[in-house]
Amino acid sequence: MNDHIHSKCEELLGSLSAYIDGDLAPALCQELEKHLEGCDDCRVVLNTTKRTIELVHSPAEKSDLPEDVRERLFKRLNLDDYLKPAAS
Amino acid sequence: MQNEISVEKLVAGDRAEFARLVDIYSGSIYRLGLKMLGNPQDAEDVLQNTFMNALLHLSSFEGRSSVVTWLYRIATNEALMLIRKRKPEISIELEGQEGEAESIEDLKPAVFADWSGLPEDELLSMEGKSILDTTIQSLPETLRLVFILRDIEGLSIKETADTLNLTETNVKTRLLRARMYLRERLSTYYAEHLQEEKR
Repeated sequence: MNDHIHSKCEELLGSLSAYIDGDLAPALCQELEKHLEGCDDCRVVLNTTKRTIELVHSPAEKSDLPEDVRERLFKRLNLDDYLKPAAS
Repeated sequence: MQNEISVEKLVAGDRAEFARLVDIYSGSIYRLGLKMLGNPQDAEDVLQNTFMNALLHLSSFEGRSSVVTWLYRIATNEALMLIRKRKPEISIELEGQEGEAESIEDLKPAVFADWSGLPEDELLSMEGKSILDTTIQSLPETLRLVFILRDIEGLSIKETADTLNLTETNVKTRLLRARMYLRERLSTYYAEHLQEEKR
């Protein structure tokens, strides 16, 4: 990896997050995509960053509130009378 | 699609509407507590204190922010207060610091294993899930809050900024740092996993 490309990687790294969020200006987007075509390392960083975000979004990560926790919460708030099962 | 919460009803003291608010957001607030404090007991304290405080201050809610950001703001304050109580030696800086995160030197990627194609059940195996949780836990508080609100709870950049009283630019910078930090640590773990598979 030569110095020129290396500094390009670093420069584009700062835009990666915005790129993933679809929040990057079109010109920069194009520049980044062009760079990605020729840079394996940056492509891996992009793919694994995306995957990291997907993992925390995964339904397996979004477990429901445990029923006993919900019950104690409603009691503490004096909302016992609304303590019917939560609508799913 | 959940029916929107009526602020008028809440402020007027409508208990049924408050119960609805609790049911819609208690899962998220509990999860925020879990990710910030790392144990169910503290998460439950954050949850209960958040809604107790919300109930207490509802009449003074002026609607300058949305109910969601208002609620998350109370919850993040509760979580931070509890962290301070647990670890009083750690000072937490939420305000943007001059020059903070200007350099991306410390988030330069060093591990380039491509584990993105591994199936989700493998990535989120018992061990994988625990690595993910521990890694999120190891993020500095200021980055962790931004990451939880934006990437786990799905708030927009603006909502995250409003909740934490930060600028949108600051939120974006912290988000990038948090994502890079997590990617790097997960990559170190999954790279070993890939190596083992090849053996």
